[in-house]
Amino acid sequence: MNAPILKLFGLVLVLFAALAGMTSYNSVINAEEYRDNPKNKRPQIEQARVKRGVIRARDGSLLARSVKDPDDGLYRRRYSPRAKRFAHVLGYDYALTIGRAGLEKERNGALTGDGGELTSIVDDLSGKRKVGDSVITNLDSRAQRVALDALGGRRGSVVAIEPATGGVRVMASTPGYDPNGLSEPGVFPRLNRATTSPLFNRATQAGYVPGSTMKVITAAAALDSGRFTPDSAVSGKSPIIVSGVPLRNFSDEQFGSIPLTTALTHSVNTVWAQVAQKLGRGRMADYMERFGFGTDPPLDYPDAQMFASGVYDLERNALIPAASRRVDIGRVGIGQERLRVTPLQMATVAATVANGGVRMKPRITNRIVDEDGRTVQRIRAARAARVMSPRSAEQLTQMMSDVVREGTGTAAALQGIEVAGKTGTAEINIARGIDQPWFIGFAPRSNPKIAVAVTLENIVGGQGGTVAAPIAKQVMERLLR
Amino acid sequence: MPHDERRRAVVNARNRELFALIPASLLVTAGFAAVFIQRENLLSDLSLTYGAIFLALCLAAHLVLRMTLPDADPYLFPLVAVLACFGLVMLYRLDEDLARDQAKWFVVGLMFFTATIVALRRDHRVLERYRYVIALGGILLLLLPRLTRPVNGAYLSFEAGAISFQPAEIAKIAIVIFLASYLRDTRHVLVVGARRFAGITFPPLKHLGPLLAVWGTAMALLFVIQDLGSSLMFFGGFLALVYVATNRISFVIIGLGLFALGARVLYAIRPTIEHRVDAWLHPFADRLYNAKVGGSYQVAQSLFSQADGGFFGQGFGQAIIQLGDNAPILPAAHTDFIYAVIADELGLLGAVAVLLVYLLIVERGFKTAMLATDSFSKLLATGLTAVLALQVFVIVGGVTKLIPLTGVTLPFISYGGSSIVANFILLALLLLVSDRARREVRP
Repeated sequence: MNAPILKLFGLVLVLFAALAGMTSYNSVINAEEYRDNPKNKRPQIEQARVKRGVIRARDGSLLARSVKDPDDGLYRRRYSPRAKRFAHVLGYDYALTIGRAGLEKERNGALTGDGGELTSIVDDLSGKRKVGDSVITNLDSRAQRVALDALGGRRGSVVAIEPATGGVRVMASTPGYDPNGLSEPGVFPRLNRATTSPLFNRATQAGYVPGSTMKVITAAAALDSGRFTPDSAVSGKSPIIVSGVPLRNFSDEQFGSIPLTTALTHSVNTVWAQVAQKLGRGRMADYMERFGFGTDPPLDYPDAQMFASGVYDLERNALIPAASRRVDIGRVGIGQERLRVTPLQMATVAATVANGGVRMKPRITNRIVDEDGRTVQRIRAARAARVMSPRSAEQLTQMMSDVVREGTGTAAALQGIEVAGKTGTAEINIARGIDQPWFIGFAPRSNPKIAVAVTLENIVGGQGGTVAAPIAKQVMERLLR
Repeated sequence: MPHDERRRAVVNARNRELFALIPASLLVTAGFAAVFIQRENLLSDLSLTYGAIFLALCLAAHLVLRMTLPDADPYLFPLVAVLACFGLVMLYRLDEDLARDQAKWFVVGLMFFTATIVALRRDHRVLERYRYVIALGGILLLLLPRLTRPVNGAYLSFEAGAISFQPAEIAKIAIVIFLASYLRDTRHVLVVGARRFAGITFPPLKHLGPLLAVWGTAMALLFVIQDLGSSLMFFGGFLALVYVATNRISFVIIGLGLFALGARVLYAIRPTIEHRVDAWLHPFADRLYNAKVGGSYQVAQSLFSQADGGFFGQGFGQAIIQLGDNAPILPAAHTDFIYAVIADELGLLGAVAVLLVYLLIVERGFKTAMLATDSFSKLLATGLTAVLALQVFVIVGGVTKLIPLTGVTLPFISYGGSSIVANFILLALLLLVSDRARREVRP
């Protein structure tokens, strides 16, 4: 009977080899695929074992921290009361339930201490417990509150940027939500379905019609191309025919042949439409691109939560090149047509003029520090593009100062500080009188420290100069104090 | 002088056993130390205490063997000790209370181990006299769980007071004893009376009856207890014994065909089996993954666990088993899925090492069978070894998605009193056969 026993042992060998083979397949050969399976929550749990770094405002005040749950030993995110002001820009970290968003998602690597293979191997060997690095932002929590209070429960957004560095000081979006409790059962789906879209970061995700604030870009193209000067005279009669359709000034106001400076101060539509037509699609498209249109802004924020400004095919929700023959460039020049822009984009436009024509990359993060407070990484100011010459920028600044001194933007004027800006009032529903008021601008005029964009949705009977400019004034005042 | 020679051989065999126990003790001490360090960040002398207690238990069993079965295989017990202490460390890492329970069961298991050896040390072949009683007892044991509620659609255990008892573990031994004895009687007539028909050799009809009865019993059990895993184990053991007894592969093929037929019928009429197969084929399908009962969540999590382990594993105590008290990530980590935990924490390396230890035990078991001189002992050792090997194959195969998952324990490692007791009795029987065989072959 020994021969069959030997054969039986042979069979057992084969069976066990199959077991070892299958284990190899699961543990090594196909492990990558299993690890990436969306049903596999282990990577997220793994990260929740690390004490996630804190997030602070620039003044050091705490916005987000991690607390260990003694029940399972995993860290969970807690947001400080003032973090509610920053709900959209901070985002949230509930990786085990609803996921991550905002800065929490963008800086997840640093926050979980996943700073590269080398350091983690050293930490492993030295037995050091892994702790995430902390993120210090450029955000100003007092100015943020001023912005939210000024929006006063209306839907809208305020963005404030330091022109020279691109540091984002204010990024407000209303309505907001409380990041604590977002992972409670039912809360996220309810907010996600709400008609007011409270989870939506209007500063980076909302595509609004820019109205007359777009004239700043048209003016930059006009001056920088050398085809126009601030004193170039253009007829301001109304209406004129643009792309076969009559275009009127606000209140159908009539102007004679007026210099561009005057045309900006009084926001004369017919003048700027003619300027844009004379510059042509190619040149307009070129300057829009220089200002950052057509691509997601280079902000340290998740791409999925950013919207590229530009001319849109509204049915297909797709960008159309501004140089396309399908685009009515005259109306693009005055911020109509199918233009859709984000508040962040328009704040960048103001900041670029303020910074002598150089567009800086906007940055929420100021620096990343380790648990002992040492700076691991400083996010340096980075130039995105030279948009126009310093001379053009200076000319445009002068024109925009006139807007606030004696034009449509006087409500943004500050005591003792010269402000440059431009108002906008996009007509959303003419029959019902619904408008989208705007203000973009910067201050102080001679040495700009802050640039802002303010806009509100669905305002009845209000204009950029009366609704948005006062908000910009309060935010700039707070930041310049 | 034969007497002196025997004494020298005894010393050799048992001394080898004693030395082989050292790695097991070191392993248990080091394992507990690792868990302590991981948990408390300090090395407590409690780990040494655990190691010492375990070493004392092993020494006690060793002394029993030294006195009663001096010639028995010196490697079987240390190999089992390695598995047992390894299992204890894994359980300790999962849940201290379970480990303490398991340690108590080890004491009980070693008592049964000793009792079996003492009762049968003169001649284990007395078992043959009670073969029908043993067979009947085994079948009755299997039917016991039918008296209680099913767990996950199968009648696997019954509860007597606080003790949950899985009779299939004991029954597998009873059935092997019966088959070994029955086949010793009939193996010759089965071969001699065989007829060839359509290229396949069939056993004579009049002797086929009892074998068909065994098949029928296995099928009936399958239907009654609805446990494919145990049935597979029983039937596999049965086929292994028929093959070794007759050396006719055709008998095995016929048997496999019959089993497949039975399983196919059951598959069609019982949802349990169908769910298991579905979960095996599509572990990540939403419908099965999210199913409240009988879904693929367990298998999927088992695969994720193994993937997490990689080649070297995450280290003791690092696997993600559960979140909080009531949120298991990997269910049944201490019983059915303990192999997945091993692969997670010790990696492919550790998991294959465990498989190798089992393979060494199987090798010693078959070696014992080959050394045995009488047919009953040969068949008994073969059957016990085959059943053990099959049990490992069924559960590890299920956990690794090689075959559909059916819940049986991983011998000597999984948590479970009946499993420990049964497997120690199985070990005792193997050592009894081995002692006699090695004594007889020595000149």
